[in-house]
Amino acid sequence: MTTQTATHPQVAAPRRRKIAGTGWHGLRTLTLTEARLLLRDPGTVFFALLFPTVLLVGVGFAIPGMREVMTDAPPPWGGLTAVAVYVPVALATAVATVALTTMPVYFATFREKGVLRRLSTTPMKPQGLIGAHVVINLVTVCVAALLAVLVGSLVFDLAAPANLSIVVGSFLLGILSMFSLGMLIASRAGKASTASAIGMTLYFPMLFLAGMWTPGPIMPEALRTIGGYTPLGAATQAMTTGWFETGVPVSQLVVMAVWTVVLLPLAARLFRWS
Amino acid sequence: MTTAHPVPAGSSPGSALAAGALPSSAPVGASSTTRPDGAAPAIEIVALRKAYGSNVAVRDVSLAVGPGEIFGILGPNGAGKTTTVECLAGLRQADGGTVRILGRDPQADPASVREVLGVQLQEAELNERMTVAEALRLYASFYESPADPAELMDLLDLTPHRARQFGKLSGGQKQRLSIALALVGNPQVAILDELTTGLDPQARRATWELVERVRDRGVTILLVTHFMDEAERLCDRLVIIDQGVVVAAGSPAELIESVDSSRVLRLRLEPHEEAQALEILTGLADVQAVTREGHEIEVTGTRRVLPAVVLALAEADVVPDVRTVTRSLEDVFVHVTGRTYDHTGATGPTATDDRSSTEGAGR
Repeated sequence: MTTQTATHPQVAAPRRRKIAGTGWHGLRTLTLTEARLLLRDPGTVFFALLFPTVLLVGVGFAIPGMREVMTDAPPPWGGLTAVAVYVPVALATAVATVALTTMPVYFATFREKGVLRRLSTTPMKPQGLIGAHVVINLVTVCVAALLAVLVGSLVFDLAAPANLSIVVGSFLLGILSMFSLGMLIASRAGKASTASAIGMTLYFPMLFLAGMWTPGPIMPEALRTIGGYTPLGAATQAMTTGWFETGVPVSQLVVMAVWTVVLLPLAARLFRWS
Repeated sequence: MTTAHPVPAGSSPGSALAAGALPSSAPVGASSTTRPDGAAPAIEIVALRKAYGSNVAVRDVSLAVGPGEIFGILGPNGAGKTTTVECLAGLRQADGGTVRILGRDPQADPASVREVLGVQLQEAELNERMTVAEALRLYASFYESPADPAELMDLLDLTPHRARQFGKLSGGQKQRLSIALALVGNPQVAILDELTTGLDPQARRATWELVERVRDRGVTILLVTHFMDEAERLCDRLVIIDQGVVVAAGSPAELIESVDSSRVLRLRLEPHEEAQALEILTGLADVQAVTREGHEIEVTGTRRVLPAVVLALAEADVVPDVRTVTRSLEDVFVHVTGRTYDHTGATGPTATDDRSSTEGAGR
């Protein structure tokens, strides 16, 4: 059987080119397969899904006074439990964990092992893989956040958000900006260890500026000002505003949008297969 | 059988090297881009050049592969083989020259060849937790008209391991899966890069059979290897690349013939027969030289020296043990480069595999 296939390549070329140009064939299968593989990695799943919940519950029970109502705090904090003020921080932690540890390490590992190189020989475009993982991680973070809020509400006396749409919007914009930052690392890091090192270098300062150790009213004003310019700090502040105050956190929303608009195209541009 | 190599039909000694192995300065004309049978080439590389900084990996490579051929790119490690195929596949931007796959230009538009080209790369892994069946199903989903994963698993003896995760596969199984993934898009052209490196001899032979099975499905195969015996065993035609330049091109038999058309045999005789045998041998027209090598007599002659010697001795009722000494592509490499072939492949075959001697009785 010597090929009817290669007899008239010139004739076949234009038709094929049009089809090949799409490059999105199998995106659904790719996303589902990657999600299934992630579930086979119990360590990662546990960390990504449960860490915010464990953090919130842990802080609530381990630190004395967290469950008591703050009476001496200035508005808007007065009348809230300390742990309630900590909820936006826990949600920001959920975002940062996936954006700065899970995602960059995953991509760098793929690059290191030639998984991306092999993929580059197929019609699937790099954006397909990025898209699949953004979707998977988005779902992961949202589930993790919901779980933290749900468990938090059951265990502690949490306040209902004053403006739910601002909280949700800030959370999603926070995800976008942090994922853009994480994707920038993911696009370049040649080794899993490099990605991990860079991710961790950013992770802890970002958590610090987001109020991990100085939530709500405890955070010094200077620190709050600096934090407002980082994506994670802005996300926490914006969610805090939406949860406990009235008004729109314009400055924080703009900060997150700018980070996203700058970093995401940069990440896509700098993406390398090998 | 004692015949070392099939005699290429109608080929005259010396013509082989002229076919496609033009040195870099030669103009690239129709002769280097069309096959002997005149069919449009499935793969065409003309004057390819690629440098990494000051290090020129590919200086000048030209070749043309006809539809349905198994075509080899042979050369020592670091000769520029992988860079050549990476440029061909559109995975790397070339500095100069043109490449075509089925008339398409992978350099200008890499996406244009993805549906018709399958590539098996060195050291390309998969997610460790992905099973064989999952990998094939996933990669099949990327293509417009993929092959049937189940059929491919059968072809590559992967069906028993379909539920096994990639991280738990043996080297041979990984390699077979890698080939399957290169074929899952139903490509018309497949590039296989160093596909038997790291395999044990038995797995290598099994893989060779697979490559032939794949070709029998109508796939044009570009085989990249640093194993001489692999190229000799599998390739219809091949180029030898050294330091980024094509130094020889042709079929294995043509190449070997072109270096030295003489045949060498070794005879082992009863001591009392030797004097008579020597007398007969030196009188034969097809015999060029007779030397004694220990207990054996080495006879050098024309292509017909084997039947001539056996027949003449049989007429005198002398029946020797006959062993033909075969020449190999390694001799070709030494001849064209003036250097010995550097076996740096970590798990390469021993040198005796390459320059093999075939045992056999002379009747």
